[in-house]
Amino acid sequence: MNDLTRRIGLALAAPLGAFVFALLISAVVLEVSGASAIDTFRTMWDNGRQLETFVDTLNRATPLFIAGIAAAIGFRMNLFNIGIEGQYVLAAFAAAVIGAEIALPGPLHVGVIVIVAMVVGGLWAAIPGLLKVYRGVNEVISTIMLNFIAIGGVIAATFPRVIDKSEGAATNAGTTLIPESGWIPDLNSWLEIFTREILKGRRLTGVFAIAIVVGVVFHVFVNRSRLGYDLRATGMNFLAARAGGVPSGRMVLLAMVLSGAVAGLVGMPEILSDNHSYDQGFVRGLGFGGLGIALLGRNGAVGIAFASLLFGFLDSSSAVLQVTGSASQSIVVIMQAVILLTAVVAYEVVDRIRQRDEIRRASALTAATAPTAGASA
Amino acid sequence: MALAIELIDITKRFPGVIANDKVNLAVEQGEIHAICGENGAGKSTLMKILYGMQPADEGVMRVNGADVTFASPTEAIDAGIGMVHQHFMLADQLSVLENVILGSEPTLRGGRLNRKEARAHLAEVAAAYGLNVDPNTLIEDLEVGARQRVEIIKVLFRGAKILILDEPTAVLVPDEVDELFKNLRELKADGATIIFIDHKLEEVLEISDRITVIRRGKTVGTVNADDVSAGDLAEMMVGSELPSPSTGESTVTETVALDVRGLTMLDADERPTVDDVSLQVFKGEVLGVAGIEGNGQSELIDAIVGTARPAAGTVWMDGRDITASSVRNRREGGLGYVPEDRHEEGLLLDAPLWENAALGHQTSPPYAKGVWIDRGGSRRQTETIREGFDVRTPNVDVSARALSGGNQQKLIIGREMSADPTVLIAAHPTRGIDVGAQADVWNQIRAARADGLATLLFSADLDELIGLSDRIVVMFHGRLVATLDPNEITPRSLGGYMTGATLGDTPASASNGASA
Repeated sequence: MNDLTRRIGLALAAPLGAFVFALLISAVVLEVSGASAIDTFRTMWDNGRQLETFVDTLNRATPLFIAGIAAAIGFRMNLFNIGIEGQYVLAAFAAAVIGAEIALPGPLHVGVIVIVAMVVGGLWAAIPGLLKVYRGVNEVISTIMLNFIAIGGVIAATFPRVIDKSEGAATNAGTTLIPESGWIPDLNSWLEIFTREILKGRRLTGVFAIAIVVGVVFHVFVNRSRLGYDLRATGMNFLAARAGGVPSGRMVLLAMVLSGAVAGLVGMPEILSDNHSYDQGFVRGLGFGGLGIALLGRNGAVGIAFASLLFGFLDSSSAVLQVTGSASQSIVVIMQAVILLTAVVAYEVVDRIRQRDEIRRASALTAATAPTAGASA
Repeated sequence: MALAIELIDITKRFPGVIANDKVNLAVEQGEIHAICGENGAGKSTLMKILYGMQPADEGVMRVNGADVTFASPTEAIDAGIGMVHQHFMLADQLSVLENVILGSEPTLRGGRLNRKEARAHLAEVAAAYGLNVDPNTLIEDLEVGARQRVEIIKVLFRGAKILILDEPTAVLVPDEVDELFKNLRELKADGATIIFIDHKLEEVLEISDRITVIRRGKTVGTVNADDVSAGDLAEMMVGSELPSPSTGESTVTETVALDVRGLTMLDADERPTVDDVSLQVFKGEVLGVAGIEGNGQSELIDAIVGTARPAAGTVWMDGRDITASSVRNRREGGLGYVPEDRHEEGLLLDAPLWENAALGHQTSPPYAKGVWIDRGGSRRQTETIREGFDVRTPNVDVSARALSGGNQQKLIIGREMSADPTVLIAAHPTRGIDVGAQADVWNQIRAARADGLATLLFSADLDELIGLSDRIVVMFHGRLVATLDPNEITPRSLGGYMTGATLGDTPASASNGASA
């Protein structure tokens, strides 16, 4: 019993410790910069209790979560897919263009858009995968470069051809609007199960449901399937996995493609429920955010869910801080950074303690068992 | 004159093993003193102690007559001892001069580098010892032999008068060895004392004045190079009393299980590491492979397991050509593998035991059910292994890291044996585990052999090799140089073949032209 409490305590200690530490650092930064730490935190707290903030948090957490899962697929086998950024932007662009071209009945239309995004993301990620397997190119380098090629090259070259130049098009130059059959319905009905409060124009993105599916599939795939086992084994010990029959090249390619396919979904809230087109103000940076989320969430679906909710909430507060003017919104970025750094260190410390515990228990047993004991289960 | 180095009763223990057991060494001023012994005999540990990388548990060290203890290599360097590592510690992108001064840069006021003095000092050192290397060349542009000279200069630059060279010829081609020996003789003529670690007997006899042989952590003796032959040394290294083979009944059958034909493996420089090796292991047979490590055993294993592709030759298992098969295909076909380094190739240290038990067998029941991992089945199977192979663990959910080395090894043996293999590749299956666990492992292999398992056993432990094997082949320089009967083996014959003191006379050596 005592042992169990200790283990649960250890599991929670790292993220909670990191959070408290981040609050302290942020307080110091706030005070030094002349703002009131108490006021700022109170603003964030009060805001956090609003239903709108909750919905906003979920909306912001959704793409972060998907990006986090995409990163985790790579991380699980020691593969650093820094290219989620390029993969999702390119995928969203392609999905927006194709989605506007076709006309299909509701669910089918949305389905096609989603599949296009996943295929484009997966194919784009296959490039660094192939380069690594056949040419030994480090995926960190190739994915970073492919980010530039995707955004600065492919999109920049094709964008002018697909801008909606028709009368009445939005001022912010973008692709043709996807017809309404390709919009994903909001999930406000889900929220209404829990509350009777009226949402002031807030809508929970339907992509939230897709994110849940992605999370569940990821969890089952990684922990229960043979392929997931091969993937994790490769990540833990490449040589042992290889000697154990894991085809390493094929796993690299598979992990990159899967990671890219999931990355392709990161831009879906914009395409399916917000703007319904790709425009010049298309959201950037979620790919890099996902790397941090995966790190904070320890590459597990549940951890990533919590991490993305936390970061989603902080992002959401950032907007409020700006409006109320109580502090610079960059305090949120500082908090996120401190949480990440502290968590990484804290996880390492906790891991060491846990390992020591385990070794102690195992060796206590070896010492206690008489050398003749053969079968004692 | 005091001895340059005197080590008295040096003892060093690691958990479960005694690496050095009252080792004695006396090196005179200005001599080239070789230290000989098989891998794992305790040479490296002894040198690490002498160079301050590890403290001795017991014993006395004297340098030039004075008692010393070194807490770090820096202190050893201050006492005039320098070490040339087997693996060069050079920065490829820097010049010779920069590498030499790295860490002991002569500086001007304000910490600026005194290039002029550095250059002068380097030239002085190089001239004094007759080592010539252009100080401006980048390391990456140098041949291996020249890199080694830079390492030696680096050590001399720091004022070392006693040099330790750790298997310096391992990386050199014959011409470079001659060059090195010429340099060493000049160093000696200039008053340096050299400790030369090696197990190539011809070289040792050629270069050294005296030789100390270490076996299983103990000093066997020190002899004058002029008084002994390679055969004498080989016998000292291997030991005079060999274990007698176990008198178990032979279970060898007529059916070939593993058949390696004309296998050749090349290293990155296209030099053969395995050179036209042919061997057959029959069902119910244990074929032992003797040899000092680094003579192609690892590469041979790679080719059989399938983690590397041979340059020539074929591998057959159960009458099927598996040369081009994937590792998975071979494993599913009944190939069991106990890797030589369990941490490197055998285990997922951070994964629970049941996931480790599944490794290599994750595609078939009881570990898998279709495309899914059968967690329940895996756990039950791991419990069975735990009981059958006496793996001491609180449960099967602890990480592999938590187990002691012996228990980790028993888990690996258990996972391979319980999968009922037709061929088992066992590399040093009892290395680093205690005597009780060792006996368990041997009994498991004997039992499986009686059931028709074909085992290819690689081992540096002669007890194990002679005690388990039905036949023993000796590997030297990538070739099989002899096939021996464990019942008729003598220390001299085995040692002679292992160290190259006796040249091979088996068909394998008929392909001499292939290597050059």
